[in-house]
Amino acid sequence: MQIQTLVWLIPFPPLLAFFLIWLFANRSKALSHTLAIVLMAVSWLISLYVFLSAFATEHFGKDVFASSVPWLPTGGSTLNMGVLVDPLTAAMLFFVPLTCLLIFIYSVGYHNFGQRLDAHDVQGAGSPAHNGVEPMYSRFFAFLSLFAFGMLLLVVADNLLMLFVGWEVMGLCSYLLIGFWHGRNYDDPKKITPRQAAVKAFMTTRVGDVLMMLGIVYLYFQTGTLSFREILYNEEVLHHLATTPSYVVGLSVAGLVGLLLFAGAVGKSAQFPLHVWLPDAMEGPTPVSAMIHAATMVSAGVYAMARMFPLLSAGWHEGGPLTPPMMAMGIIGSFTALFASTIAVSQRDVKKVLAYSTISQLGYMIAALGIGAYVAAAFHLITHAFFKALLFLGSGSVIHGVEHGMHHSHEHIDPQDMFNMGGLRKKMPVTFWTFLIGGFALSGFPFITAGFWSKDEILADAFANGPLVFWVLALSALLTGFYTMRQISLTFLGEPRTESAEHASESPWTITTPLVILSFFAIVAGWVGIPAAFPGLGQFVSSIRLGVLPFNFFHEFVGGTLLEQPEALPFDPFPLAASIVVGLGGLTLGWLVYGWKPLKSGQADPLAKPLGPIYTLLENKYYFDELYDFLFVRSTRWFSEVVVYQVMDKLIIDGVLHTVARVAYAAGNFFKGAEKYTINDPPDYLAKFTQWIGGSFRVIQTGRVQNYLLIVMLVAIAFGGVYYLMLSGWVK
Amino acid sequence: MVPLNWYLILAAALFCIGLFGVLARRNAVAILMGIELMMNAVIINLVAFWRYLQPTQITGQVFAVIVFAVAAAEVSVGLALIISIYRRRNSVVAEEMNLMKW
Amino acid sequence: MTVSQILFLVVAAVMLISAVLVVTLRNLIHAALWLIATLFFVAVLYVLLDAGFMAAAQVVLYIGAIAILIIFAMMLTRRVMADETVQINSQWWLGGLVAAAAFVAVAGLLNASAWPGLPAVDDATITNSIKMLGTQLTSPDGFVIPFQIASILLTVALVGAIAVAGEKK
Repeated sequence: MQIQTLVWLIPFPPLLAFFLIWLFANRSKALSHTLAIVLMAVSWLISLYVFLSAFATEHFGKDVFASSVPWLPTGGSTLNMGVLVDPLTAAMLFFVPLTCLLIFIYSVGYHNFGQRLDAHDVQGAGSPAHNGVEPMYSRFFAFLSLFAFGMLLLVVADNLLMLFVGWEVMGLCSYLLIGFWHGRNYDDPKKITPRQAAVKAFMTTRVGDVLMMLGIVYLYFQTGTLSFREILYNEEVLHHLATTPSYVVGLSVAGLVGLLLFAGAVGKSAQFPLHVWLPDAMEGPTPVSAMIHAATMVSAGVYAMARMFPLLSAGWHEGGPLTPPMMAMGIIGSFTALFASTIAVSQRDVKKVLAYSTISQLGYMIAALGIGAYVAAAFHLITHAFFKALLFLGSGSVIHGVEHGMHHSHEHIDPQDMFNMGGLRKKMPVTFWTFLIGGFALSGFPFITAGFWSKDEILADAFANGPLVFWVLALSALLTGFYTMRQISLTFLGEPRTESAEHASESPWTITTPLVILSFFAIVAGWVGIPAAFPGLGQFVSSIRLGVLPFNFFHEFVGGTLLEQPEALPFDPFPLAASIVVGLGGLTLGWLVYGWKPLKSGQADPLAKPLGPIYTLLENKYYFDELYDFLFVRSTRWFSEVVVYQVMDKLIIDGVLHTVARVAYAAGNFFKGAEKYTINDPPDYLAKFTQWIGGSFRVIQTGRVQNYLLIVMLVAIAFGGVYYLMLSGWVK
Repeated sequence: MVPLNWYLILAAALFCIGLFGVLARRNAVAILMGIELMMNAVIINLVAFWRYLQPTQITGQVFAVIVFAVAAAEVSVGLALIISIYRRRNSVVAEEMNLMKW
Repeated sequence: MTVSQILFLVVAAVMLISAVLVVTLRNLIHAALWLIATLFFVAVLYVLLDAGFMAAAQVVLYIGAIAILIIFAMMLTRRVMADETVQINSQWWLGGLVAAAAFVAVAGLLNASAWPGLPAVDDATITNSIKMLGTQLTSPDGFVIPFQIASILLTVALVGAIAVAGEKK
């Protein structure tokens, strides 16, 4: 079978799993997860094969695996649907199915498969409180499979429309999975319920999606095609787009389309100002947070931007002024990176810290693309997927352990609050070590972890091309280290602060095995991107050949996606030193505040008092949710309730209908009356009159001869009288 | 000299009395008697006219004789009818014979 | 006022009185008898009109046959109305009115013009009237056909009367 055909097969096994589980396997939990995991593994094996084939092809950037079918004839041209595997896609195909598969396996243990259904568990009301199996187990795997389909479709798509389809499918699954525990309600009205969080996520990303749609339409309008190869790999088309002015003054077509498409990424990848949905999306089960909101969906936004990079950077060359989309990306990305990391410092919920961390890291990637560091951004995307997934799964394991402890201690505390944890290092060792590796990778612990290499490359590029971006990113890297160490210290170090933490125990193998596998990648994945210019180490890894490419193949491999292979930067010691300092510095600071003297139970956050009102501001996320609620949610609510419902719907539309009905009714009544008096009654009256006359005259017909004779005589006399009068001249 | 119109007025009076009898009596036979009076009035008329206008021609009397015969026949048939009705309905009251309607 | 006029008036008066009694008496047999009286006075009138045959026929036929027939019929239907109730029906006043009106009308008409007086005839005409009557009634030039038809009529009436009034077996 040709490799092109195999590529078509990558997205569809999870889709098949979705339909099979939904239609047939809903009752059997074992069958559901088996179907989901097996078909996901099939997809993973095919993508691994494709990746290795791509890896073995020389100059893969030019000889891509592509296959398309004509789909929609539109006048002169035909819109094609197809698949494309170029180096960027191949890199994505390496990690996306792998992480998805690992998360599928993780979910088996997370949802307590093997336990009996607990009588206390109401379907949809929340995570099983007494360690019973999740009642909606099969549904979870169905949705996860559908989501995997969406992501894989987006990754292998060869045109913007198919990418957008995958984009929207993932949006739907995000909604379904965030609101998975739809029946869960909280006593505190300020705490957002899963149902509300799902709607919020959908609505916020929708704003971005609409703008992205506009961009796609405009692009199609200008070029007549949406295929990547035809637009992005084509110098002429790019030049034409970059020089044609668009509707907006000062922007070329490429600029306007780029900005609109970037708006979609702002929504999907939770950049400022559309970042508000991601922290609240933590209401979903942890595998969902890991997969969707760390490893795959949010990185789809960055992937889309990386894919469209030639368009976004049309008209730019190394060292020259940035195009408007790139400038926007640089500003928003770096701002978001700093902004989110400041909020993460003050959060109490273990998953929320990671959510803000994700927002911050995505900001890194967007900023990297904004300054033209294409390969660095792609590199950080892949390493981030690994260690963020690891961190989320680890936090899920921690929460699982604390819930298990709650089952023993019968306390009613929030199992996700870090201030209720502590000392889990001894209770859950595997989780602790893998979480530590992930945390170090996130902070950029030098040389060993993957995060260091990718972050360092971004910082190096930023230092070379955009110094302001460099300092902002460096500052947020410092904060990243700080809050990561804070998180690790509060969760794992010291003594348990509550009974539940005391009784916590290590999670089953289905949970810990994916953690171990991911931590392996969190270390090794970085080594493939060690720059060749790096002193010592760079030479070493370049000499190890894997087939056509060296061990640190990443730059050369992924760089081949673009028309012009980007040059590797010369080695500069300053950004390297800066990244080591901020990484280690942040970790040390965090350990000093939180880890050296670990917090006792009931002790408040040591930062709260010194920072004072700033701490409150951070803890409340700069009050953005309240601002948006005031600005948008309330006005929309008012608009729909008053204008649309009361005025348009009830007053106008219903009013028209009611009026028509009343008019018809009145007309009907009028006609009824008119008909009664003109058509109905006169014949009745005529009949009655005839009857009356007949009745009156019938009196005469008595049947008696004498009466008849009397009448004869009367008439005869009358006639005689008349005759006489006529004869005598009285009457003429 | 009795003028002709005296006879005619007499006949008219007899006729009208007979008419009153026909109109106002209950018993069918009494009605027939009224009819007889009317017939007699007619025949008086006929004979008077014969005597005063054409006494030499006997045609007038012939007419009267024929009318006589007819009157006799009529009375006999009428009485036969009354008897038949009496047999059927056990009554000779003319008012009760009221089937001759619709 | 000549003798004939007075005679006529007397006969007329008595005849009319008898006729009134015929139509007003409650007892039907008495009414029938007064009918006989009326018919007799009609015969007297015929005599005054020099119609001897008519007078004789009147007495023999009307009184001797028809009046008897009427009395027979009364007898045969007597059981029901024996000395019974009113013999005047509900519309008698209207009937009286009509009769009176009719009389007034006719009498008025009759008085309006002059009428001829009695023409004189010689005795031979009166004496021969019966002979002439017989001759006329039976001669083919005369009225034999009406005469025969009248006989047929009588026969038919006879048969009819028997058929109608006969007992059905």
